[in-house]
Amino acid sequence: MRLKIIVLAKQVPDTRNVGKDAMKADGTVNRAALPAIFNPEDLNALEQALRLKDQNPGSTVTLLTMGPGRAAEIIREGFYRGADGGYLLTDRAFAGADTLATSYALSMAIRSIKDYDLVLCGRQAIDGDTAQVGPQVAEKLGLPQITYAEEIQKVENGHVWVKRRLERGVETVSAPLPSVITVNGTAPDCRPRNARLVQKYKHARTATERQQSADSPYLSLLDARPYLNIAELSAAGVGADAAQCGLSGSPTKVKKIENVVFQAKEGKTLTAADTDMDELMKELIANHTIG
Amino acid sequence: MNNLFVYCEIEDGIVADVSLELLTKGRQLAETLGCRLEAVAAGHNLEGVGAQVFPYGVEKLHVFDDPRLSPYASLPHTSIMVKLFSVEKPQIALMGATSIGRDLGPRVSSALGSGLTADCTALEIGENNLLYQIRPAFGGNIVATIINPDCRPQMATVREGVMKKEELGTAVGIKGETVKYDVTKYVSDTDFAVSIIDRQMEKSKTNIKGAPIIVAGGYGVGSKENFMLLHELATVLGGEVGASRAAVDAGFTEHERQIGQTGLTVRPKLYIACGISGQIQHIAGMQESSIIISINNDPAAPINAIADYVITGTVEDALPKMIKYYKKNTK
Repeated sequence: MRLKIIVLAKQVPDTRNVGKDAMKADGTVNRAALPAIFNPEDLNALEQALRLKDQNPGSTVTLLTMGPGRAAEIIREGFYRGADGGYLLTDRAFAGADTLATSYALSMAIRSIKDYDLVLCGRQAIDGDTAQVGPQVAEKLGLPQITYAEEIQKVENGHVWVKRRLERGVETVSAPLPSVITVNGTAPDCRPRNARLVQKYKHARTATERQQSADSPYLSLLDARPYLNIAELSAAGVGADAAQCGLSGSPTKVKKIENVVFQAKEGKTLTAADTDMDELMKELIANHTIG
Repeated sequence: MNNLFVYCEIEDGIVADVSLELLTKGRQLAETLGCRLEAVAAGHNLEGVGAQVFPYGVEKLHVFDDPRLSPYASLPHTSIMVKLFSVEKPQIALMGATSIGRDLGPRVSSALGSGLTADCTALEIGENNLLYQIRPAFGGNIVATIINPDCRPQMATVREGVMKKEELGTAVGIKGETVKYDVTKYVSDTDFAVSIIDRQMEKSKTNIKGAPIIVAGGYGVGSKENFMLLHELATVLGGEVGASRAAVDAGFTEHERQIGQTGLTVRPKLYIACGISGQIQHIAGMQESSIIISINNDPAAPINAIADYVITGTVEDALPKMIKYYKKNTK
């Protein structure tokens, strides 16, 4: 069966290795100090999609990302690893969206893409860790959801078979197409960039990027090779109701943000020298912490 | 109407700890608000649920008993919650931040158009009787207070172990009422489109939550091999091994050992943090430990600020000596 697979991917600040300069003195996040990366679990989802494509020749993998213009990088990164197409959903109207408004916008974009058998995405994004967008997109599309997927085993007789990784075990389920599947970080890593695909797609651009680099010698390529044009979708273009997008479509509001200061203690400072370790163990045994 | 609801996770007729913890917190919040605490149980063979939840001050238990509702599946449980909430109009709904609650919560919130805050580390009643949903964000580098000013219910998930579980005591005299529902009126055939082919659940191999001593490692431990040193010390001291998210992400140890906002919350007698820098996301899960030892070659590691003992040095150097001098001094 030839599958049409949509993969939702997000460009996120790399919150995993936050350096000392990542927080400003006022306690807010210094986004400029954090590199923008492909959300790790979305890469796991992309790999599952590419494996399904390998198993089912003739299938296509299309990326959909919502974000500012620079998020087009996510689409190119997807091309380099084997995706066939991509959409950048971008509009000022989306600014300030919580998970519900994000899911609404994504679901409208998916509806406008129309023809699909599966929607895959990472379980959660590392900037928010909410794991809400996948199930909310599924609900808005009226589709079944399979969360915590570790392996998409096969598509057969109009059903997808998925192994899920839960806290205390595994579960295998089958769901009718189309369905929404969120993929866990325990799933296999994404294949690396393919050098041939990097060569093929490195000049892929959105219409906005094209305008911004009007003097680039590669622009003629975009006319000669239609696959290098990354489609941009706007709120109006996907038929989204502005009131349900962005800040106005978000039921949750941030009341306060703090850089938390933990109750500092007057700790004893030691070294790993034998005398210090000996003393420490004696002290902990004496006060019945250990022993 | 306008009460506080807790969705109870049930496996083999047993209500999960996380649900009982939420009932305990829910009881406090309901008292502040002057509303009732209600619980929802959906599954099969639920006769024993009332006896498990009433000691936590549940005033009304909504029971949906049907063989098709166990084990948990997204669609039928969503239908039940959405229809029940459309009638009951709770002001607050709480669920565990587990693979069930994090599957069900967002779907229910989307269907009801209400806001949901994942993985809260604190819940308080604030101005205008709004639920203040407090959670670390941005990889734990900031802590945000989230509110849902307009939409109801105000929904939140909380991880296991974050809230304390405490029965009310018999003197309070709250008598719980059970309401049983006709499940066929709440679910449709299309809710069973996803079939469970196979299910293999096992009891957890580790008991980190209940361990009196935890030796936890971070990215600074450096390798899977060095993590064995932590296991040695933990074995000698009679404790368990935990880990920071960075160590788990790096593949040094299993995910079930992760401590912090997106892992376990622990309160041991002794917490030995090895090569853990101390992001808020991690500290949120261990700050209530009685005694904290930090072993780090960076004297400026943030975790040192909350440590009772700061050992400036490497894990490879310090841990074997701790084992050696523990053995020497306990002989």
